Amino acid sequence: MKRLHAMRHLVISALLLLGLWQLIIAVTAVPPYILPTPQAVLEVLIQKAPLLAHHAGVTISEILAGLVLGILLGLATALALAFIPRLRRTLLPMLLISQVIPLFAIAPLLVLWLGYDMLSKVVMATLIIYFPVASTGYDGLRQTRQGWLDLAHTLGASPWRRLIHIQLPAALPALASGIRMAATAAPIGAVIGEWAGASQGLGYLMLNANARMEIDLMFAALLVLVAFSLLLYFSLDALLRALMPWHRDRLTRLS
Amino acid sequence: MSLGLTLNNARIDYAGHTLFRDISARLEAGSWTALLGRSGCGKSSLLRLLAGLEMSDLHQLDLATDDGQPLTDRVAWMAQQGLLLPWRRVIDNLWLGDDLRRRPRNRKLAHELLAAVGLEGREQAWPDALSGGQRQRVALARTLYQQAPVVMMDEPFSAVDAITRLELHDLASRLLKDRTVLMVTHDPLEALRLADQLLVLRPSSLPGHGAELERLPGLGAARPVPLDDPALPPAQAQLIARLRDSEEAA
Repeated sequence: MKRLHAMRHLVISALLLLGLWQLIIAVTAVPPYILPTPQAVLEVLIQKAPLLAHHAGVTISEILAGLVLGILLGLATALALAFIPRLRRTLLPMLLISQVIPLFAIAPLLVLWLGYDMLSKVVMATLIIYFPVASTGYDGLRQTRQGWLDLAHTLGASPWRRLIHIQLPAALPALASGIRMAATAAPIGAVIGEWAGASQGLGYLMLNANARMEIDLMFAALLVLVAFSLLLYFSLDALLRALMPWHRDRLTRLS
Repeated sequence: MSLGLTLNNARIDYAGHTLFRDISARLEAGSWTALLGRSGCGKSSLLRLLAGLEMSDLHQLDLATDDGQPLTDRVAWMAQQGLLLPWRRVIDNLWLGDDLRRRPRNRKLAHELLAAVGLEGREQAWPDALSGGQRQRVALARTLYQQAPVVMMDEPFSAVDAITRLELHDLASRLLKDRTVLMVTHDPLEALRLADQLLVLRPSSLPGHGAELERLPGLGAARPVPLDDPALPPAQAQLIARLRDSEEAA
């Protein structure tokens, strides 16, 4: 029920934006090479579907690869930070530094070092996903309730079984919000990478269309990117909810 | 299944000062002991010390069991909020200890115990879908599932309403009747209804000793002492006066 509700709100918001778009064109009489009409964008979307699909395929692969890598690396870092106290002093400042370096600034470097292919974009997406996952995962692992740890102690748990049965499930809600955050940021990483230098991908297509004054194609590419990002967010959200059937927002009190 | 304990020389230093030292007590096999005292006097710390929980403070304890074997693995721990794991269904919470030690689960015992605490049919419920009183019943069932001869409880019934608390007293008295029980409580009525002896942690007259333990006998009647027992109200008034004295002396 709740999910349907959210979907309905999303559709209403999209329709409102579409109406606003149309209204601006009607009121300001802006020429179509500055702001195309929704119909024009829709036409391009259909006409150039194979082209868009090809470039979208590249960008989506980059995003998904970055997401998997970023989540795995972030989780590994969170575990290392939580269980090897000596690592904290060196790893925590490094984590912070990695986050304050503007990604825009290192995008050209990554392209220079790793080439025009997908690899540099995957690394960009990984970098942008890594930090929220590592920091929320670490916070989640660190904030296990003392009472649960006491209980595990009196029940004779080994550190490994305690991690599996107590600390990881306890950290899951915090980690899940990190992953949701990452899912919205991941497309940014891939597109920035493509802007810095690429021969395919939606970011490349948008830059190219912009240079050739094909604003309607640029908007169509943007629309595809937004649609995929939303799809990614809602699928991940559904997956995370399925992993946490006990979580409070899924329960209705029966007693 | 009961085991007596003798403790001597219990001491905890917290943040550079002595919380208590030279504390001794005897917990008879199968008897119930209530540990009382003002907030912050260290009763929960003393309980943690006895339960063998991890402590960051400087501590020492000589603990002897009647059979001479170590107490490790023979203490069940139950805390104020029940400490049910929200990601485990009710029945899965019971055999948490088996999963943590890679032991086979005892399904029959788990079902029997849930029935005994009146939660038959709720085996597959999530803890967050239960009321506070029901959650404490599950925690009680988990404590019993461990089949430990010694049970230590830190304010086990303080998070529920008064009527539920009285019901839980009846239930716990029945199910834990042959165990050696040590419970920290703030509730004088609870202590008098349930305990064979009351230990009050109060400021010591000796300088630098922190708190000392005063032993008071229980009412000596059936457990739980019925609410209409004429001995209960005066005993409660006396105990409250005693606890208040110890607070003013501090």
